[in-house]
Amino acid sequence: MFRGAAKLVSRQWLWPAAGILIILLILPPLVPRFYVYILSLIFVTALLAMSLNLAIGYGGLFQFHHGVFYGVGAYTLALMLTKTSLPMWIGYIAGPIAAALAGLIIGWFCVRLSQLYFGMLQISLGSLIWAIVFRWYDFTGGDDGLHGIPRPSILSSAHNTYYFILLVLVICLVALYIIVKSPFGATLQAIRDNPQRCAAVGINVRRHQLVAIVIATFFAGIAGVLFVVLERSVFPSLLFWTLSLEIFIMCLLGGWFTFAGPMLGGAIMVALRTFVGKYTEYWTLILGVILILLIFFLPEGVMGYFLEKFKPQIKEAAEGG
Amino acid sequence: MLAQSFSFADLASQVLVGLSRAMILFIVCSGLSFVLGVLRVPNVAHGALYMIGAFSAYSISLLFGNSTIGFWLTLFLAPLVVALVSLIAERALFCHLYQREHLMLLLFTFALSLILGDLVKLVWGATYRSVVAPAVLRGSIPIFGSAFPRYNLFLLLVGPLVAVGLWLFVNKTKMGKISRAAAVDREMVGALGINVSWVFATAFVIGCYLAGLGGALVAPTISITLGMDHNIIIEAFLIVTIGGLGNIWGALVGSLIFGVTQALGVLFWPQFAIVFPYTAVVIVLLLRPTGLLKSVW
Repeated sequence: MFRGAAKLVSRQWLWPAAGILIILLILPPLVPRFYVYILSLIFVTALLAMSLNLAIGYGGLFQFHHGVFYGVGAYTLALMLTKTSLPMWIGYIAGPIAAALAGLIIGWFCVRLSQLYFGMLQISLGSLIWAIVFRWYDFTGGDDGLHGIPRPSILSSAHNTYYFILLVLVICLVALYIIVKSPFGATLQAIRDNPQRCAAVGINVRRHQLVAIVIATFFAGIAGVLFVVLERSVFPSLLFWTLSLEIFIMCLLGGWFTFAGPMLGGAIMVALRTFVGKYTEYWTLILGVILILLIFFLPEGVMGYFLEKFKPQIKEAAEGG
Repeated sequence: MLAQSFSFADLASQVLVGLSRAMILFIVCSGLSFVLGVLRVPNVAHGALYMIGAFSAYSISLLFGNSTIGFWLTLFLAPLVVALVSLIAERALFCHLYQREHLMLLLFTFALSLILGDLVKLVWGATYRSVVAPAVLRGSIPIFGSAFPRYNLFLLLVGPLVAVGLWLFVNKTKMGKISRAAAVDREMVGALGINVSWVFATAFVIGCYLAGLGGALVAPTISITLGMDHNIIIEAFLIVTIGGLGNIWGALVGSLIFGVTQALGVLFWPQFAIVFPYTAVVIVLLLRPTGLLKSVW
């Protein structure tokens, strides 16, 4: 029966997802360029939030400094394109790999600790990387960052960039979905819910957590590469801890026990910043108020709230079918 | 660009600068650590409260026309403003959330820091502000053959005073003992007929008061500006972690390590001075992941 319900849920989600995808595919020629840019930014941010959710929502890990891996991916690509004469595609592959490598090294130290200590060690290791990037003017451009990073001619138009980012996002989402639904994903969630029992039945808890971190950071690195494709610049605030907390908020905003929730959270966040930021310079104040309202009234997030609300119907349908 | 040569006098005075920086860090971190120990919440808004302390110090000292007596009143009043703000936030919002998960509490304090940060922008604007130290603390005196600012010496005196005061409060007063007991077992304390909610409120306000005191004390040495909350809070978190979560003496040790390595970094390799303390933190955490001193967790 559980298998049937799972299938049904995914089938229920398949049509809306396909509908949204078709709308997104035909949208660019119909809307102003600015909206094409904002949508592209939403895709990048959504991927970043989804990658964090693998560690935090599915793994229960206190991944407090996820922004660092995003920044490492972005900086790797930017440095490869500006400082070396290697073919461009190598940079695009090197970005996520460098992020995953950073995730492997930092995660290797972090998984030995639990909960808050895990988070604090990650913040300190991440801040170390931030501090180096922030001050190494000769190499990383210091606090100015790097600007005017070249991109292949095929990505030079805003529409092509949009479609490229959308394509990568869809591939990553499918990959993440497969990972979450795989035996590995199930084990990861079991570890989140009860690490002691998992260890007792012979699961290597730390190794699973480390693999989850590496996968999550790899996707964060992809998001970083897409950011460079879109913005053509990098700056140290990509690695600053406030960004990491913002990604965290996106997961909360959308609902971190749902698959697509963080994506929605990322979209809400970008939209808020863009449109509220237009009218007032106090948009973080509004974000703070929204966040507090959310903590008080919708602790499961927007997506979690709707799932909760419609769950009886889904269950009914499952039992009926 | 390594600094090529420096004398013993340079080294000694730089260590003293580091120590006085460590005193500010300690005052801020002891408050953070106290809240962490009693409430078990990493208070992200601590940095914003520190910033409010510095900005209120600016306004209050302006009110007294930068007089000497005004400075001492500022040191007294600015932290009280911060304590009041934190009391309101705690009673209106925070106290309803204690039963929730840790991550929710963390996010609540982050939301609070966003709101407070923007309120500071609303009240004081985005310009640089500065506070003038009173005449008796201005200028510098020669130590080891190099000029050392008097205000930094003053900070070196205040830091230990705060440490002793906090130790007396936690260990010798009834309130301190209750808050320590509440940290270990809040249900048991409640069963003994003590209003745990108010114990938490008191602990939170005292912790935030210390953030405000740190902000008021640092005001004459820096230019007060938006964004100073982001820098201090990350440093404070790392210091509290390497010291041992919730351990006030750990906060002292951590602050000394952080302040002195930062000052030595300025001497040895100015460009990467900021990297030194982070490296020290990473080394400590790799050797002793749960902090140097015993954590109360």
